[in-house]
Amino acid sequence: MIPLPPLAPPGVLTAEALACDVACFPTPDQYVDLVAAFRADGFEMCVDVCGVDYLDHFERFVPEGVVPTRFEVVVNLLSLSKKQRVRIRVQAGTESPRVDSLFHLYPGTEAPEREAFDLFGILFDGHPDLTRILMPEDWEGHPLRKDYGVGHVPIQFKEAPGPR
Amino acid sequence: MSDSTRVADRPERLTIETSEGAQELTTRRDTATDELGREVGAVLRLDGVTLDPRQVDYERHDDETMIINMGPAHPSTHGVLRLMLELDGEFVLRTKSVIGYLHTGMEKTGETLSYVQGGTNVTRMDYLSPVINELSYSMTVEKLLGIEVPERAVWIRMMMSELNRVSSHLVWMATNGMDLGSTSMMIYGLRERELILAFFEKTAGLRLNLNYVRPGGVAADLPDGWQDDIEVICNTIEERSYEYDQLLTGQPIFRNRLVGVAPITAEEALALGLTGPLLRSTGVPWDLRRSMPYLAYDQVDFDVIVGTYGDNFDRYAIRLNEIRESLRIVRQCVEKMPPGDYRSQDPKVTPPPRQRIGESMEALIHHFKLFTEGFHVPAGEVYSAVESPRGEIGCYMVSDGGPKPYRIHVRAPSFINLQAVPLLMRGGSMSDTITVISTVDPVMGEVDR
Repeated sequence: MIPLPPLAPPGVLTAEALACDVACFPTPDQYVDLVAAFRADGFEMCVDVCGVDYLDHFERFVPEGVVPTRFEVVVNLLSLSKKQRVRIRVQAGTESPRVDSLFHLYPGTEAPEREAFDLFGILFDGHPDLTRILMPEDWEGHPLRKDYGVGHVPIQFKEAPGPR
Repeated sequence: MSDSTRVADRPERLTIETSEGAQELTTRRDTATDELGREVGAVLRLDGVTLDPRQVDYERHDDETMIINMGPAHPSTHGVLRLMLELDGEFVLRTKSVIGYLHTGMEKTGETLSYVQGGTNVTRMDYLSPVINELSYSMTVEKLLGIEVPERAVWIRMMMSELNRVSSHLVWMATNGMDLGSTSMMIYGLRERELILAFFEKTAGLRLNLNYVRPGGVAADLPDGWQDDIEVICNTIEERSYEYDQLLTGQPIFRNRLVGVAPITAEEALALGLTGPLLRSTGVPWDLRRSMPYLAYDQVDFDVIVGTYGDNFDRYAIRLNEIRESLRIVRQCVEKMPPGDYRSQDPKVTPPPRQRIGESMEALIHHFKLFTEGFHVPAGEVYSAVESPRGEIGCYMVSDGGPKPYRIHVRAPSFINLQAVPLLMRGGSMSDTITVISTVDPVMGEVDR
């Protein structure tokens, strides 16, 4: 268990509760300050930023005091000196998800944040170039959202023409 | 009326159709000043680390520079990577990579496949190291399930992923050689890799997208006489790795194109989140196999190779030496391979053997449930990472308690490492862009997913 930075987020779940590393649940206001505190605490690298759409799984397990919203931004930080990981899950909102960008703390979050914007439509305030990255520029919608359908090619098993 | 006009008569329409809009590099005239400062200061969007104001030449006009496209169908971009370069004569001022040409929505597909099927999806992401992709996926599922993998499966996984690392680095040696004009190296690298692919085929039935590592263990036990095969592979590749030394390492043309070209510092690498040989070339001894051991890497003896200058040559030397270190691990796996099961005997996760289905009603039910619905995984979320040939490959998975992952996200090392390309290219000559792409070693299947 790592000593948490002075700024206490409303909920902290430990490894036992989540079958994983420590996860913190800051509010959007506390989010950047918390990441900055972790960075000052020796977490040199931001490994990953990704979004999750909890539309169909709204009743997930979150600590008390945290209001779950549809979209969540998950940040994985890594400390090379302490050999530890920490995960930060921030509730990004339901209708128009929006959080602050971590770009000024970790420049390496540029591409992952663009990806989260592209695939989920989560806006990152302060990001230098929030454009689509994987999808074409004129694409409509954000494909990894749960209300975005999965395309498929119909396969016909019967009444298909026989070999002769 | 407008539809009937020939395409050549409406060039503006063509421009719109092929444009990626704001994803592209814009001319200086159309770029905001602070954005331009960031880009010109080396470091497309890396602020605060190396931006030297003296390097920012705002006064330059678009007439003096030229924006050209490299890719997406350029042979040395290793797939469909498109780079937009702003050139001043022969030198690169700004670079921006435009990606997404190979995006097939694999994370979305992963949400529609059960945990049993998921391996076939992730194995196609980084197509040069399929075993390691499957490993990161399987370890994540196992962490959520809370099951233990038998000892033999752990060692088989370790041996196969090291063989896979060797084959991936051999392809890198081959393509890097080809990019630098050494076509012999290309043929040699692919020739040696063939030995490993043949062993994969003997073991798993497939050469490339194996689906060999599965939640609960591996798909099949090692074939009869596998020790002899491994012995031949290790001896041959080790011997030939010294031939590569003779062919490339000391060769003046090869050295001139690599030594001192495109250096990066440890601070920049950490800020950009780079992992793998890119990070180790700057002297940071960070290898998940050693730093945060998984499988049984704490029980084998190997060295973590680090560089000093962070230049192209360091990255080359690290990969060449990692081939030898991986072979060392493979040899130890042969020695220490424990007997026992190659997959977990938990009937909820592992399908029963064929003959049990005819004898036991319970086995039949388990078999039917596994292959129709799949097994259920407790609700939760987990991130687990392993060391791929390109860096840290992580898998973040959210389960809602059903038979399919609610969300699967793969932290692809190539995707993150690609952010270093603009920084590495800054100030270099046009011909060095080829070596930079090559030594960053992006696999586009993984970048775009």
